[in-house]
Amino acid sequence: MNWTKITRVENIPPREGRPVRIGNLEIAIFNVNGRFLTIENSCPHRGGPLCDGIISGTAVVCPLHGRHFDLETGMPMRVSEPACLATFPTRVEDGIVLVDLTAGHRVMEDAAA
Amino acid sequence: MPDKLVVAGNGMAGVACVEHILKCSPSFDITIFGDETHVNYNRIMLSMVLAGEKSAEEIMLNDIEWYRSNGIHAHLGVRVARIDCSARAVIDGEGRRTEYDKLILATGSSAFIPPIPGVDKQNVHVFRTLDDTRALLAKARKGLKAVVIGGGLLGLEAARGLQVRGCDVTVIHLMESLMERQLDSAGGEYLKRRIESLGIRVMLPRQTAAILGNGHVDGLRFANGEELEAELVVIAAGIKPNAALAREAGLKVNRGIIVNDYLETSDPNIFAVGECTEHRGQTFGLVAPLFDQARVLAATVTGNRGPVFSAPAPAAKLKIMGVDIFSAGSIDESEPGVEVIRYEDPSVGAYKKLLLKNNRLRGMILVGDIADEPVYMDWMRSGTDLAAMRRQLLCPPPPSDPGLEIAEMADSETICGCNGVRKGEIIEAIHKYGITTLGKLKERTKASTSCGSCAGLCERLLRAVAPDFQEETRTTLCSCFPFSYERLRDIVRGQQLKSVEEVLAVYGNRKGCEVCKPALSYMLDMLWCGNHDEDRSARFINDRVHANIQKDGTFSVVPRMRGGVTSPDELRRIADVADKYKIPMVKVTGSQRIDLLGVKKADLPGVWRDLGMNSGQAYTKGVRMVKTCVGTEFCRYGVQDSTNTGIELERRFENLFTPHKFKMGVVGCPRNCAEATVKDLGFVGQEGSWQVVVGGAAGKSVRKADLLITVETSEQALEAAELFFQYYRENGNYLERSYDFVERLGIEKIRKETVYAPAEEKRKLLDRLHRSKALSRDAWLERDRPANPTQFVQIEPMEKVLETQLV
Repeated sequence: MNWTKITRVENIPPREGRPVRIGNLEIAIFNVNGRFLTIENSCPHRGGPLCDGIISGTAVVCPLHGRHFDLETGMPMRVSEPACLATFPTRVEDGIVLVDLTAGHRVMEDAAA
Repeated sequence: MPDKLVVAGNGMAGVACVEHILKCSPSFDITIFGDETHVNYNRIMLSMVLAGEKSAEEIMLNDIEWYRSNGIHAHLGVRVARIDCSARAVIDGEGRRTEYDKLILATGSSAFIPPIPGVDKQNVHVFRTLDDTRALLAKARKGLKAVVIGGGLLGLEAARGLQVRGCDVTVIHLMESLMERQLDSAGGEYLKRRIESLGIRVMLPRQTAAILGNGHVDGLRFANGEELEAELVVIAAGIKPNAALAREAGLKVNRGIIVNDYLETSDPNIFAVGECTEHRGQTFGLVAPLFDQARVLAATVTGNRGPVFSAPAPAAKLKIMGVDIFSAGSIDESEPGVEVIRYEDPSVGAYKKLLLKNNRLRGMILVGDIADEPVYMDWMRSGTDLAAMRRQLLCPPPPSDPGLEIAEMADSETICGCNGVRKGEIIEAIHKYGITTLGKLKERTKASTSCGSCAGLCERLLRAVAPDFQEETRTTLCSCFPFSYERLRDIVRGQQLKSVEEVLAVYGNRKGCEVCKPALSYMLDMLWCGNHDEDRSARFINDRVHANIQKDGTFSVVPRMRGGVTSPDELRRIADVADKYKIPMVKVTGSQRIDLLGVKKADLPGVWRDLGMNSGQAYTKGVRMVKTCVGTEFCRYGVQDSTNTGIELERRFENLFTPHKFKMGVVGCPRNCAEATVKDLGFVGQEGSWQVVVGGAAGKSVRKADLLITVETSEQALEAAELFFQYYRENGNYLERSYDFVERLGIEKIRKETVYAPAEEKRKLLDRLHRSKALSRDAWLERDRPANPTQFVQIEPMEKVLETQLV
């Protein structure tokens, strides 16, 4: 694993997300009531900033057009939506959120097919 | 002289029987003794009183006027102490003697209290009567450690009621699984998970060995030696028939008072009905069979002996909102020849189990999804041969003739078990009052007004009987809550809930979604006049950062420009900001304001600071603007000072939230240059007066506003506006524009409840508006005091990352 220290836990309020940009990669880290989950920050539909979405359980709702994605798997919550998001392993140590930025994973790699 | 009928017991079964007797001849001289001091109330709904969903008054079934107008002597708070069978008289607790020709024992049941040391300590309660409920309500408070002993229907309902009141609740049950008499172990496990997801702890199996404490309870000790802290204990371990009176009188009594099929006891002049009875070895705890008993006994007592009572197959349903449980028939799968069909889906918490014998349905357990209950009950009651339907048993098709089920029911069959309303009565009411909707049916007959489980049946009955049946649109807020927005508002108000998470935890699915969270955020702000626990995570991004998100994730910024009036100084600052932050577009809006588009989130605080202007709330469901014309200030035709009146109107309402966006206009003459008649609220100036108009629209819908009132002075116009504005805030459904609101309620009703309301009501509306206004503030002040440190900033990783490592 290749953990990168991102930020202190208190910088991501409960049930909100925050964007982090590293080079060309933008991720969104969410605090699901004390559990931190990371996805890529761009909605596959029209590129909406998912970090700004409302959380519903472990799903996030894109603020632009209301697409739902599961933060644990990156999968869309409705079957009619074809694309899924990459998720990143995330953990908390000494009050700091760490993300493995090299281990982004899409459940459906050839989703568009 | 009519015969004297004495009824010992003023509960649901006894009074239901009296109601039937009153409909028959001959008439009796009736006396009712009731141990409780209350008139007859709906005991089944005590859990709703405990949960605050109903008031004590709302569960009254017969008011004192009913007793009076039927000539019934009611002795409330007086119990029958003794029966003198040979002299045909009862002796009451006050020593009075009352003679009878016929005596009905309807003494009910009382809570079974297991012989545990310490049950007599203070703060150990039972949950059986209205007084018990009131005693619990008096003690329930936030954080109180409450333990309910008993995981049956009543125990779970008590637990939920206490939890809704904010108590920290644990349910203790002697058995391996909850409601083990109605559910199997898998069903019990699904129920347990659902109960736990509501925030109630469940401990199984636990035998309570002692209730601990010095005087008042402070804990429990279990048989395994484990201890649990408790400040309040509710014992809900079952009921036992009140049969002592009958036993002492020498009647035949086993567990309950023994009755035959005609509800006669071993004494020819004494009868019994309700939970105090034992019929063919069976005692009763659910209400439906007791209403049948009441009807049978009424026939027997009035000399129409003939109808017989036969106990129906037991069916149980939990009356906890959001916990769907149904169980009916025989659930014993060990019997030879019984086949079991089972379905479960843990992700949605649904469990179904059907028990068949010879292709006929004998019993069922439904947890989490009880939608098919009517079809199953129909199959079970009618003994339908299911051989041809074996593949569809778990997802039964809708009946081919939906009216058949109704047609097959006798008029005397009970539709609403809670309120004892029969099919015949409903049909009579439908014709008599021309009922076409479920709402009207509930109003007229009381059917389906208690636990609501017969709503589907009532609707099917209405559909089959009413010539002009109208389906009511479903009005639940979203799938997170089983209520409409209006109902939820009453609950939140009644329960004094102050945060979105609290409402979701107590009444929703604990998750919430993008529909209910913003709606609840608005509701709480409105109900508590801004004095609530604001939760930014429950609000749309626009309300988290006070700007309007655009398609590329940037934001638009519209500063407040009251009445559309600006100054060279403001315009210069706007121009400087546009340069400094390289704002891609500056546009004049349709609302007489200026929009800065394409602002990055991180730049928002700086933009606001440099503008030095207030938020125009162009991003929220709230007060947008007041569009004005130049009125008497400059216009040759102006007859009213529209500009300054508009500015004052905007000042009074700005920074407040509304169910949907709220746009206003003020014009100085009827030429209407600022289009006040197509705004949510408008003032139209005339010579010597203002017309205040409401509910106009020129968006997706176009609607000319209705006239609310005509007044002489600007101050009067402003007050009328305040009344309407607050009334809409309080009564509008979230996302309901004023034009839909005005159409839904009708302008006449709105006038009556705002400008024509009694002075006291007006004062209250204004008072709540002014309280909200006093706590409101310019959202852009968060430029210097952000709600949290990363509200606007992009997080920078604490460590450098080599880009080559990234995939």
